[in-house]
Amino acid sequence: MLDLSFLLDKDAFSFDNIRKRAIYKELLPQLVKHHYDNCLDYKKMLDVQSYDLSISILEDIPFLPVSLFKKYELKSMLDLDVYKVLKSSGTTGQNVSKIYLDKNNAALQQKVLLKIVSDFCQITRNPMLILDTSETIKNRLNFSARSAAILGFSLFGTDKCFAFDNDFKLDLSAVNLFLEKHRGKQIMLFGFTFIVWKYLYKQLVMQGIKLDLSDCILIHGGGWKKLKDEAVSNTEFKSSLKKQTSLKNIYDYYGMAEQTGSIYLECSEGHLHCSIFSEIIIRNATDFSECNIGEIGIVQVVSLLAQSYCGHSLLTEDLGKLIGIDDCKCGRKGKYFNITGRVEKSDDRGCSDTYEFN
Amino acid sequence: MTFLEKYSKAFEDSFDTKIENIEELTYQSIPEWDSIGHLFLISNLEEVFNITFDLDDVTDMSSFNKGLEILEKYDLGL
Repeated sequence: MLDLSFLLDKDAFSFDNIRKRAIYKELLPQLVKHHYDNCLDYKKMLDVQSYDLSISILEDIPFLPVSLFKKYELKSMLDLDVYKVLKSSGTTGQNVSKIYLDKNNAALQQKVLLKIVSDFCQITRNPMLILDTSETIKNRLNFSARSAAILGFSLFGTDKCFAFDNDFKLDLSAVNLFLEKHRGKQIMLFGFTFIVWKYLYKQLVMQGIKLDLSDCILIHGGGWKKLKDEAVSNTEFKSSLKKQTSLKNIYDYYGMAEQTGSIYLECSEGHLHCSIFSEIIIRNATDFSECNIGEIGIVQVVSLLAQSYCGHSLLTEDLGKLIGIDDCKCGRKGKYFNITGRVEKSDDRGCSDTYEFN
Repeated sequence: MTFLEKYSKAFEDSFDTKIENIEELTYQSIPEWDSIGHLFLISNLEEVFNITFDLDDVTDMSSFNKGLEILEKYDLGL
């Protein structure tokens, strides 16, 4: 198991690319070896390719298609150490991914999430309006990516309020009461993008209500899921919400159940940033070679946190482009990027089909 | 109720269970003290002692004893 305590003491965006590469060069082969030794399916996949375990260059570390977690239990620990099983929210008709966490991995994810988010909001802890229903976190056995995200972010909240009832009807009186109670303080709003849009924004527009959220910070993520047809651009999302609620501070984040914790948050310049705990590589869809800055390709995500399951290097089903390295105007070091869309029909044809087990 | 009784009760209320050898309790050592339980615990302690924890303390609260140590930093008006 990797000891990441030396990273937990550092600021989450303080390493430039050279320093980060040096650390990953040392840690990634250890992580690959750890999974190779502890997950038979992973070992088989590498053996089939006669993979050389001494490879240490970031771009040459093997990556698995993220859809593989829908078919296989890629865990690198004993069954008795399984502490939580995290399920991806998955769209209709698809299998859900299952991510197996042991106690250490779950705790590590929580720590890193708080570290990353606190770098963006100088705030310590604030009242928090959760743009979801309290039902989402009621069932601890059936742990979805959404409940994990809400729980993870909830530690930032002092007083907490859920904005919707169980049928996703906006509980306007509770929301108003909460806003009134904390008027003058900075209130944090957290929710999933499609929920904020469909259940907050749309309901406000339909009922002709203007909320005053000018003191609030909204952090949202998770993309559009089942609402692809209703998806709007990030710019439109922001300007529409601003018009209806005077909400100015809106930050998107990019993350996934398969790499909970090491999320990518949008800075004031509108770019997503890699923390010291994770890295991205943009790859050409045709030959998987690395794209140049500005070129759109498939997003590969690398995370040092994935230790109890083989999620350390994954090819996502998202398209994105690298904007730059170390030189974002916001001052954060490392790679920064934008997400531009989804790989078409990504659920039907994954590279996973080429892997043979047994 | 003494401080320690109030403190222990906050744990039992948060996890909705009677806890044997409570001074040995650590995060994740019982099924009830998971990430959901941790949220309950933090809000209960904040309510009982009328304080607001710093973010670092929220994550450092990894055991019954560690919590006692953390609470020493706060003015509990005792």
